[in-house]
Amino acid sequence: MKPALFAYAAPQSVEEALEILASDEMARPLAGGQSLIPTMNFRIAAPSTLVDLRRIGALNAHAVEGDVIRVGAMTRQRNLERDGAVQRANPLIAEVLGNIAHIVIRNRGTVGGSIAHADAAAELPCMLVATGGSVVARRAGGERTIAAEDFFHFHMTTALEVGELLTEVRIPALPPRTGYAFQEVARRHGDYALAGVCALVTLKDGVCTAVSLAACGVASKPTRLAEAESALLGAPPEGEALARASDAAREYATAADDRQASADYRRDLASALVRRTVTKAAERARERA
Amino acid sequence: MARSAARGTPLGQSPDPRVAVSMTVNGERVEREVSPRMLLSDFIRHELRLTGTHVGCEHGVCGCCTVIIDGKAGRSCLAFAVQADGASIRTIESVADADGTLHPVQQAFRECHGLQCGYCTPGFVMSIVDYLEDTPDPDLSEDAIREVLSGNLCRCTGYKNIVAAFRRSAELMRGAR
Ligand SMILES: Cc1cc2nc3c(=O)[nH]c(=O)nc-3n(C[C@H](O)[C@H](O)[C@H](O)COP(=O)(O)OP(=O)(O)OC[C@H]3O[C@@H](n4cnc5c(N)ncnc54)[C@H](O)[C@@H]3O)c2cc1C
Ligand code: FES
Ligand code: FES
Repeated sequence: MKPALFAYAAPQSVEEALEILASDEMARPLAGGQSLIPTMNFRIAAPSTLVDLRRIGALNAHAVEGDVIRVGAMTRQRNLERDGAVQRANPLIAEVLGNIAHIVIRNRGTVGGSIAHADAAAELPCMLVATGGSVVARRAGGERTIAAEDFFHFHMTTALEVGELLTEVRIPALPPRTGYAFQEVARRHGDYALAGVCALVTLKDGVCTAVSLAACGVASKPTRLAEAESALLGAPPEGEALARASDAAREYATAADDRQASADYRRDLASALVRRTVTKAAERARERA
Repeated sequence: MARSAARGTPLGQSPDPRVAVSMTVNGERVEREVSPRMLLSDFIRHELRLTGTHVGCEHGVCGCCTVIIDGKAGRSCLAFAVQADGASIRTIESVADADGTLHPVQQAFRECHGLQCGYCTPGFVMSIVDYLEDTPDPDLSEDAIREVLSGNLCRCTGYKNIVAAFRRSAELMRGAR
């Protein structure tokens, strides 16, 4: 038994969970445990109480409603990946999920857990930023909706306050005439990305009418590549505009040299991945047209 | 619970509170009182003495500890025993028939020499059993197989024979249907 001692609760409702969290600020929610338990095994984290969310049915549902996919926080990553209705509403989701760890990890890891954990190299937060999604958070007093761009603050730091529970993740459906792509480079298959880019490209008459690009792994949080987006707007997604976009992406790779990659290498990756994902997304936009 | 209460407990005596858990393991109901911090892997090995489930890294990377939890393969080192209260667990001990007849996946590992020291094997077998039960018509391309196997590490074989064993498992399981 490696983790430090803690108390365990498995409440049946969100209200009950919030009550426990409010009464003890060292208490932490336990979702799939695929990030929290390793850190506890290493004693990097030592929560006083774990509030296991597994029994709360309300957090375990997901549904496509019009042009938004509502995903309960406890939805297992693998279940979302394999859901046909979700795939039709936004095929980007399964493409992104396929890059997270391995099947066995995704069997237990949850969507809400990955978003709340907010690793700067994680794929789901990057997708949520690229698609302009949002999260719903609840605390004892009420509920709020937070746009993805305001939610992620820093490595493993979000807008969630102590005692607040992420209850739902809202992912927009893929808009019409829009192609998508997610690609990453990692040292080993299933590792967190050294760099990853998520692209959404909307085409009309061969010209980009909307572009959304976000990167993970290259900065202290998932980052919208605004300059790269503007380089493509109103232009065809190729040639000079694409070269400018791919160049602009370099500036967003601000992570310092680390054991895995140098800052220069990450800048190169961001640039190359913008080129590849925009090309792929444009190809898919044409197929859908 | 105050952590300070734990200090000053005589050596060899656990200060941990006990939580009652009951679950089905390999078809048998088990009931125990465990500390909330006991990992499911330790519960299986130390409490139930089912030592076929191996432990390599305890942070989810090696895959040795993979068991099937409520019909889905999962890392037993990344779950607490208390989380499995009410669950149904399958470990490597349940895979072969009671009379010793090997499961198609075990048979395939044997035929293809998919193991050397065998440390990683229970984890591979459980991951593959779960995957093939879920996916009766798997993609048998090299890339697709390696994708499924990527969550398990083997330090001996070099994986080639494990990939072959996966392919043979799929064949044998298809034949058995
Ligand atoms: C070997 C391995 C490889 C991995 N590779 C990747 C990878 O490539 N990419 C990737 O993105 N992830 C990877 N992961 C992590 C995995 O995706 C996790 O499942 C995910 O990061 C956390 O989800 P979880 O449900 O397991 O959450 P937990 O581990 O249970 O919780 C994580 C954190 O979020 C908090 N939390 C959880 N749910 C809520 C909630 N509803 N409200 C508020 N706070 C909450 C917890 O208190 C904790 O601090 C990997 C994990 C392993 C073990
Ligand atoms: S011991 Fe569980 S994955 Fe290594
Ligand atoms: S056979 Fe020895 S680790 Fe795989």
